[in-house]
Amino acid sequence: MPLRSDVVLLIGTTKGLFTLDASGQLKNPVANGASFPSVAFDPRNRRMLAGKTSFFWGTGVIHSDDLGQTWVEPEAPNLKFPADIDKTITQAWQIVPAGADEPDVVYVGVEPAALFKSTDGGQSFDLVRGLWEHPHRPTWTPGGGGLCLHTIVLDKRDPQHLTVAISTGGVYRSVDGGASWKASNSGIRADFLPEEQRFPEYGQCVHKVARDPNKPDTLFLQNHGGIYRSDDNGSTWSDIGKGVPSDFGFPMVVHPRKSDTAYVIPNGDAFNRWTPDARLRVYRTSDAGTSWDELTCGLPQKDAYITVLRDAFTADSLDPAGLYFGTRSGELFASSDEGDTWETLAERLPPVLMVRAAQLG
Amino acid sequence: MQVSVFVPASLRQYADGQRQVRVEAPDAATVALALERLRACYPGVVERALDEQGKPRPHVNIFVDGESIRAGAKRGLATPLRADSEIWILPAVSGGSGQP
Repeated sequence: MPLRSDVVLLIGTTKGLFTLDASGQLKNPVANGASFPSVAFDPRNRRMLAGKTSFFWGTGVIHSDDLGQTWVEPEAPNLKFPADIDKTITQAWQIVPAGADEPDVVYVGVEPAALFKSTDGGQSFDLVRGLWEHPHRPTWTPGGGGLCLHTIVLDKRDPQHLTVAISTGGVYRSVDGGASWKASNSGIRADFLPEEQRFPEYGQCVHKVARDPNKPDTLFLQNHGGIYRSDDNGSTWSDIGKGVPSDFGFPMVVHPRKSDTAYVIPNGDAFNRWTPDARLRVYRTSDAGTSWDELTCGLPQKDAYITVLRDAFTADSLDPAGLYFGTRSGELFASSDEGDTWETLAERLPPVLMVRAAQLG
Repeated sequence: MQVSVFVPASLRQYADGQRQVRVEAPDAATVALALERLRACYPGVVERALDEQGKPRPHVNIFVDGESIRAGAKRGLATPLRADSEIWILPAVSGGSGQP
């Protein structure tokens, strides 16, 4: 399946950054020994952004204004803690451009867990101190992937309303642009704690959160054990994982237009982290998690010991919506019919960390 | 006095392509001071070799006159220099784990 002509995929991997367009050819690999755990497309100025992590030389955000043909790297790494903080940034996990009402604002989530904000389109960044100075922060602990702020969810109704997720800290929300934050994990389980402590105020290993585009008080969440929905903008959460063969997984993707429609890719249980029954299946709910459809057409259903990481699954906003995901074993799958059928777009890539669709139309 | 800093190939784009940069430093200057002088001209080299705390990144080695500043007899960035000392910034032989 060739990509539609107005979509370019950005593919961040452990060993390089790639683009893929309607030609079907992987293009513009950028490597220099670096991994690219985060990529983004800013539709406001058609800028591509990528978090570049060198094993040797540190981490920063690079950008391209020509759809990935050339990349601008800052003279010195542009992600760093201020001098008064005795920490070093090891990775940029998430890059999220803000809305049209804040045209130069870009948020970045990093490891160790912290939020940074750019007011110049992603060229320089300042620490959001309100979250860093939260009294919970010193007690957050690393999950298997490190102590990272991996999810930033904005609210188009209010640019001051920020929602982030941290492994392991859980969901935190700010209603004042990041000055103050409150844990927002009511109802989310922490299987790794003693039974009587399984619903703590914070400390959950939330893997991904996504907002329903049409019902913005509705959020969907993939947890380290449990799939959840909130109908009150994150204040409380209800388990909606019934009907999915494993409630362990990483990504959570919402349909770009249809309410109550979300996608997950189960990933075994906490001990065998591959696709359940060695079958690669996407699950789609069209009723906000009451029921789930198993989507398998075109995906390997035998000997598929696959993991899809939290940001390796994404959607465009075309009609019908295109869906795309990459695997740790280097495949790239796509659906142009909202998940009903899938095709393989690429194989033998390095382990895929993040996929985003740059929509040019 | 002057000392030399040798820039690894992967960072030369931040040093106008130079392999070797001569740096003016006071007598008995330390590695830290020489790198601070280098930072004034070539921040892209120094800020990639050192983290935001000013420490050598975990997988970067710095040698002075043939010996790692992490070696027992050396004093890290406080290692003193002499005239014409050679400072080498090198990516370490490391890795193979830690990345997914």
